[in-house]
Parts: sequence; C-alpha cells; structure tokens
Amino acid sequence: MAAINSYILKPWLVVVIGIGLIISLFLLDLSLGSVKISVEELLNIISGNPSKKSWEYIFFSFRLPKAITAILTGAGISVAGLQMQTLFKNPLAGPSVLGISHGASLGVAVFVLSSTAIFGVTTNFQEALGSWGLVLFAIAGSFLVLLSVLFASARISDGVTVLIVGLMFGFMTGAVVSILQYFSDPELIQNFLVWTFGSLSGVAWSQLRVMGPVIALTLLLSLLYSKQMNALLLGENYATGVGINVARTRLKLILTTSVVAGTITAFTGPIAFIGVAVPHLARLLFRTSNHKILIPGTMMSGAVIMLICDIVSQVPGAQTTLPLNSVTALFGAPVILAIIIKNKKMKGAF
Amino acid sequence: MESIATINQETAHLTRPILYTQGLTIGYKTKRNTLELEKDLNIKIRNGELVCLIGPNGCGKSTLMRTIAGLQKPLHGETFIAEVDVNNIKPHQYAKLLSLVLTDKVNVGAMTVMDIVSIGRYPYTNYFARLKSSDYEIIERSLDSVHLTSYKDRFFNELSDGEKQRVLIAKALAQDTPLILLDEPTAHLDLPNRVEIMNILKRLAKETNKAIFLSTHELDLALQTADTIWLMNREETLKSGTPEDLVLSGMFERVFKSSAFTFDKLSGSFKVVHPTKGKVSLSGNDVHSTWARRALERDGYQVVQDADWPISILHEEDRWKLEMNGKTFQCQDIGELLSTIREAN
Repeated sequence: MAAINSYILKPWLVVVIGIGLIISLFLLDLSLGSVKISVEELLNIISGNPSKKSWEYIFFSFRLPKAITAILTGAGISVAGLQMQTLFKNPLAGPSVLGISHGASLGVAVFVLSSTAIFGVTTNFQEALGSWGLVLFAIAGSFLVLLSVLFASARISDGVTVLIVGLMFGFMTGAVVSILQYFSDPELIQNFLVWTFGSLSGVAWSQLRVMGPVIALTLLLSLLYSKQMNALLLGENYATGVGINVARTRLKLILTTSVVAGTITAFTGPIAFIGVAVPHLARLLFRTSNHKILIPGTMMSGAVIMLICDIVSQVPGAQTTLPLNSVTALFGAPVILAIIIKNKKMKGAF
Repeated sequence: MESIATINQETAHLTRPILYTQGLTIGYKTKRNTLELEKDLNIKIRNGELVCLIGPNGCGKSTLMRTIAGLQKPLHGETFIAEVDVNNIKPHQYAKLLSLVLTDKVNVGAMTVMDIVSIGRYPYTNYFARLKSSDYEIIERSLDSVHLTSYKDRFFNELSDGEKQRVLIAKALAQDTPLILLDEPTAHLDLPNRVEIMNILKRLAKETNKAIFLSTHELDLALQTADTIWLMNREETLKSGTPEDLVLSGMFERVFKSSAFTFDKLSGSFKVVHPTKGKVSLSGNDVHSTWARRALERDGYQVVQDADWPISILHEEDRWKLEMNGKTFQCQDIGELLSTIREAN
C-alpha cells in the first residue's frame, strides 16, 4: 500500500535530469536558428576566437539574450500560473485564461498607443519596449484585472464560472485596446500587432537588464510562499487555523503574480497557455501538490518547455519563424483539454 | 512547543477552564436587523473534557462553533482560550491554542497524508516549514493515535471519507493545542467509522488532557461518550450538563420533541411513535420477547405484560403460542406471528 506514492525516480535524480535538460536545451537554442552554429563553435565564440565575426555578433546580440529570456519567461509565467491555480483553487487558472495577460496588453496599449491617439505624438515602439514606464503600465494592467477577477470570484464558488468572468475581462480589455488602435498611427498598430504574436527575440540586453532582476527577484520571493500556499490548499479556514494570515498571503500572491505576468508580457508579448499547462506537467512529473517541491519543479519544467517552444518557433534550418504565441498555444491547449477529459470532475486535478 | 507545554501545565493547576465565554451573544447582523441565536452565554470547557454540542438543524450550532473559533465575530461578549481573547489574538498565537477540524471540503490531489498532517506543525516551523526531529516525532504520534501510521505516503484524495476525517484529526493533533474544535466530525460516515472517531476523541481527551469540543447529530453516540453535553435549540437558551442529568431533567425530550417520535428515558434512545391499534399482552422478558415487542409496536400495537387482552402471546420451546379471539395459533417466527395477527384483524 505504501508503494503507491513511491517515485519511479528519486527526487534528486529528477532535479539532476531537469538541470541537465535545461543546459542541453539552452545550448540547442543557442545553436539552432536561421544560421546553425555548432556546439563546438559556440565554445569557440565564448572563448573569444570565433571562426566568423558575424556568428559572434549573432550569438551575443540575439541568441544569448533570447535563450536567457526563454528560461526566465518559462519559469516566470509558469510559476505565475501555479500561484493563480492555488489562489483561485482552480486547476484551469493561468495568466492567459483569466485575462491577466490581456490586462498587461491593455497597459502596454495604453502606454504606447494613447500617446498618438490622444497627444498626437508618435512613440518609437522599439524604444518604448524596454522602458520602465511600459513595464509599470503592464504590471498595473495585470494587477487591475487580477484584482477584479478575484473580487468577482469571491462571490462565485463555481470554478468554471470564474474562468468565464476572466474571459469577459479579457474581452473588455480587448475592446479598449481595439478602440485605442482605431485612433492610432498605422505603423504603430502594426508594431503592436507583431508584439501580440509574442516573441523572445525582441528582448535585447538593455531590456534584459530590467527584466532579468525583476523576474529573478519575484521567482525567489515565490519560493518563500510554499508554506502559505500549502495551507491555502486546505481552504481559507484551515489556513487561518494553522496561523496563516490569509488576507496578507492573498495580497502577496496577487502582487507577485501581476509583477511576473506584467513584466514578461511587457517584453515578450502575451504568451498563451504555458502558465496553465506547466504546473500540471510538474504535478504529474513530481507526483506531488506540495508547493515546497512543486514551485521549483514548475520553474524547471517551465524553463524546459519554453526553450523547446522557442526552438520550434525558430523552425531550425528554415529562413522563417513562427509566432511564439501560436507555438505555446498549440502545446498548451491540448494539455488543458487532456486535463479536463482525464478528470471529469475538475476539482480532482490539483 | 515549549510555550504550549507551559500553558498546559499552568492551566492544569488553575481552577480556570481552558475555554470560557463571558456574556457571549451569537448571531448575524445585517444592515436592517440583528438575528440573535443565543444570548448572554457563560459556558466553559475544562482540560481533558469531551464536550458535545447537539441540537436540531438551524439552531445555530455552526454559528456557535465559528464564533468560539474566532472565525466569526460575536454580537457581544468575549471568548477566552487559555485566558486570551480569541478575537484579539495574533494568528500564530491563535494557532497554538486551538486546532480545527471543519466540514469544509478538502480537495488536494497529490498531497500525501504526511504532507497534510505536517501542515499541523506550521505554527511551530520557520518560513520554509522545515520540520525538526521533534516535529516528526509529534507527527508520528498523531498518526499513531488515529491508526494511520502505515498510510503516511498515501495520497489524501485516494482515502475513504472516514480515513480522510482521521487524517484531519491527526493534523489537529500535530498542532498540539490545548483545545481541539471539531465541526460535525462524524457527518457522512458509516456507523463503524462514526463510533471509531468518537472513541478516538474520547481516548485522546483522557490520555492527552486536551479539551475536545465537537458538534454532532449523533445523539446516541454523544450520550454515550461525552463528559458534558451542550444542548441547543431555537426556543430556549443553551443548557449544559452531564448527559444523564439532561436526560433526567426532561431537556432531551423537550428539545427534540416531535409528533413522529419520543425520547425513551429508560433506554436513552429515540423511538418512532406508531399509531395504536390496540393492546397485546406478551409474556416473557428474554431476547425473543424484546424483539417481538419491537415488531408489534412497529405494527401499531401497545405491548403490555398482564394477560387480560384479546390477543396474548407466549414464547415457549422456540415457538410462538398466539391466543386470539378464543383460538390458539402456533407460529414459527415473528414474521408468521405478525401476518397471523394482521389477517385476523
């Protein structure tokens, strides 16, 4: 009987395999693209004697920041999803599902598009992309939507209805974005549209300097929440009963989730379904809902999945790229479908 | 750990109970009106005491539970646990005085029994919930108390309802508080599980000197296990006392009175009231006559001992001798006895 929960692999072995996987996928992501740079050549570039000067440029200016962004984004958006699933006690919660990414998009749209729509000033989208102002607007947007959905969900006990509420908030923010687009400069609209496809390559070093520390810090913070999140799994009253300040914990989770989801969306554009799907993969992989293991497990799985999605979106060997948002949706949506079909009763999916 | 041990020792020497209320009024307040369910309660629970709260549905049992647990504000008055006002207490301090087993549904897919029970140690652990060897000892002991030691690594969601309830009790035990509060811990359980849970709680109260306070609908079980019963109903204020005193004073009958059943003081159980068709005399006082009496009562007859009635029954040599309207019948079992009487009337 006791063997039911025995791991096929020991947890430490999973961690070793996970880190190994991240390193190899990281190298693969650096190597593949429109130009293939062999691993041998990667080492040459790092040690300072590349065979081709252009490869060195591609490596340092594009591939390296993009691969680092992939890891940060994957880990960040997945942990944001996990936090929301525990917060809402809903296995289908996630930044894209509950309209949080839409909120961030609204923040971005307001920051970028309103300047032309209202003041008639044309902003440089690429310039705006790295600025603190944009990040703050995106965070404010996601915080606003998350708070509204949480407020609405306090009155609704049914999990699926909460998702519909999230969807409605998504539609509402989408409508506002459309209105802003309607009054904006065509070139700016095109830039904005390309941004909504989602891309990791838009993140240059200057932007990574902002995004890196913010994401790293919030990821570290979320590692500290495992105790409170475990208690929340039992429900609010039980959490209160073991001395957890539920209101404060909820606020902390909302803040970190909005900062992570907002920041990532500001830089990479909305990334669909990774936040919902990866926590479930981690639960499956690590066979636990204990957040002490699940939070780092979700970070690791998120980094792996995002690196894979990025490699796929680069279409190795071809001269074209696919929108990242579509690749992640093609991966994430079936996972969610599988979860719904497997657990006819959704509540069992935790 | 240490602070709780000292609290336990101190309160054991004091005459003060571990929990008491002062002028506690419970109920709900809306913008328009105030609904008072109980007024000016001064009740107490002592260490090692098992208190059962019983009363009909809708009389405010859960409200009293929630108010005492500090999950709901009282309309007036205070509740003190170990001399601390529950509504004026820091979360971590609260969690060291009182542990809860609630009716809230717990849905936690891949959490093991060990994961859940160790949440009971949260008030004592650091930010990362790191368990020390002393924590593991208490968890082991708690699991042992509810006979779940071998279930440590099982997933909570794969357990039966009775096992889940025992896990939550173990969680409360691991919390190591002088008072444990359980809201309907035997609801949704079958009879063996109900009895087992009550036995576990009774034993824990005696062995650990913890005060245990629970609400239940199991009147029989409560009468047999509780040290003190708090009897609640809508019309009167809460009465507290030993089960036997409450029975003798007629409180039980009053609170649960109904046209459908009566409370039988002699057996301490409820009996369904059947309309009376007539009287039947039944001799003998052995097991057979007892069950024949039940069958006859169910069929609407009042059973008497004297033999002057038109129907009389005697059990001899594994057969039933039935005399009815001057005729004598021999019946094999109670079923035949009943059908014979039914046919003739």
